[in-house]
Amino acid sequence: MSRHPEVDTVQLRARHPNVFNRPASARLATPAMLAAALALLVFGLVDLDFSPSRFVAGVNQLGWITMMMIPPDPGSSLPLYLKALGETLSIALLGTTLAALFALPVSLLAARNIVPSGFFRFPVRRFLDSIRGVDTLIWALVWINVVGLGPFAGVLAIAVSDFGAFGKLFSEAIEAADQKEVEGIRASGGSALHEIRFGLMPQVLPVIAGQVLYYIESNTRSATIIGIVGAGGIGLQLAEQIRVLEWQKVSFLILMILIAVAAIDFISGKLRFAIIGRRPVV
Amino acid sequence: MTIAVSILPEQQLTVLNAAYRKAVARKRLRLLLGTVLFIAALLVAAVGAEVNLRTFFTHFGNFVSYFDRILTLDTGQRVWTDLGEWFWGWRKWLKLLAETLLVSYVGTLIGAILAFGLNFFAAANTAPARWLLFVVRRLLEFARTVPSIVFALIFVIAFGLGPMAGVLAIAIHSTGALGKLFSEIVENADMRPVEGVRSTGASWLSCMRFAVLPQVIAGYASYALLRFEINVREASVMGFVGAGGIGQELIVAIRKFYYSDVSAILLTIIVTVFLIDIGTGWLRGRLFGSEART
Repeated sequence: MSRHPEVDTVQLRARHPNVFNRPASARLATPAMLAAALALLVFGLVDLDFSPSRFVAGVNQLGWITMMMIPPDPGSSLPLYLKALGETLSIALLGTTLAALFALPVSLLAARNIVPSGFFRFPVRRFLDSIRGVDTLIWALVWINVVGLGPFAGVLAIAVSDFGAFGKLFSEAIEAADQKEVEGIRASGGSALHEIRFGLMPQVLPVIAGQVLYYIESNTRSATIIGIVGAGGIGLQLAEQIRVLEWQKVSFLILMILIAVAAIDFISGKLRFAIIGRRPVV
Repeated sequence: MTIAVSILPEQQLTVLNAAYRKAVARKRLRLLLGTVLFIAALLVAAVGAEVNLRTFFTHFGNFVSYFDRILTLDTGQRVWTDLGEWFWGWRKWLKLLAETLLVSYVGTLIGAILAFGLNFFAAANTAPARWLLFVVRRLLEFARTVPSIVFALIFVIAFGLGPMAGVLAIAIHSTGALGKLFSEIVENADMRPVEGVRSTGASWLSCMRFAVLPQVIAGYASYALLRFEINVREASVMGFVGAGGIGQELIVAIRKFYYSDVSAILLTIIVTVFLIDIGTGWLRGRLFGSEART
């Protein structure tokens, strides 16, 4: 029988005091944090009116709704839904493009290597942050007040809210660019504009193109929901059919959205690969 | 002084120049073609989305003046001249804001717990069976592709109006998103500890607990915190469909043109989102060191 070699625990304890004698605060930190998180969870469940009976009743109802959804059936409104889907894709494409066009010059102002002075950079950054802090749905409501109900309001909503996101992402891409090429242009006598055009843009544009494609993808999802507040596209149909409890049409619309998003994912994935190769985008 | 640049013989030079021009021309043609296609797609999209530049320009003044209007009190003064009047409903709003935060917290935590339960089945290297991998992955995909507000619309009908529908909608969407991220972390985990544990005769569950979990738990917490940030934003609009939180108050203010209320509520939301961003960023830095910050 093999025996373990004798371990001198006393000496080990003496050599690594902070492994064997962890202070109570260190040992209790993790359980205490978990307990606090759970306590907050329970408080939240009580405060938000969760009750088992309500939950069971809701799940029953949900099961019933799911039964009603099968099979998905568009009824006679298939052409209408296809048009709405086209509208949604248009909103995503146009909104993202507009946002990218406007965000590019502004992102230069928010990049540390273009505008070294924090005094000018800070307000631009906070401006972009506050645009991002407002959800796309809220922007959609604001634009509906301005240009009226319809998909155009959706385009503008996506454009504005992505403007904030792009401004931040682009400026980070610009800050990550290699300065040597810019210095090369400067050394050969180029102006500040030349530096940006020939030193920065060739490095930054492929990254930006990848990000824009990724956002077109994710905006297809956003564009489906802004219809809920009346900004056009398939979300409008979806919200209406849910309100009138036409569950077969609802499931058909959800199916359409899933397929459209998968298709856009596939296409833009291929394009992204062609432009920047296998590189993570965000 | 002699010029050190060697000039190629004329014949060779013309051949090289021609090849260069051809290569550049091909590249330019491709770029041009791509641009034309893209612009065509944009034009089609513009027709599809009923873009009307005339309404845009005639009403653009409205957009600018909208911000002027939401920054004006009923008395005609600027909002910041009378903070008491501007934030007249702060008690109610803060309560709703707390509800919003609670909705996103509970939703994120339930989502994270569900994702935690599912993610080992959705990772190729730890799934016990191939069919299970396939089923769980499709399930997560469904949960994350359907926007949370669509879930909220349906849940409001099933569970009744109120924050419960919002919590469940956020929880399901978070399960989908976090389940995918979690399983990706698991797929990147080192498999040698798993082999070590398995060689002692441990069950699948022990393998996950003692070999995989210690490697991935920090990543889980980091992603869950990131998700919480996103969910605060989402919870702020759950009220639009009657699923609780401050959105209810906001949509009423926007629809009924209570201008100064709109700016007051928006400002509270922006400040809250901003504080939560900073807070979770700080927490992530504290918990996992600077390398875990994304």
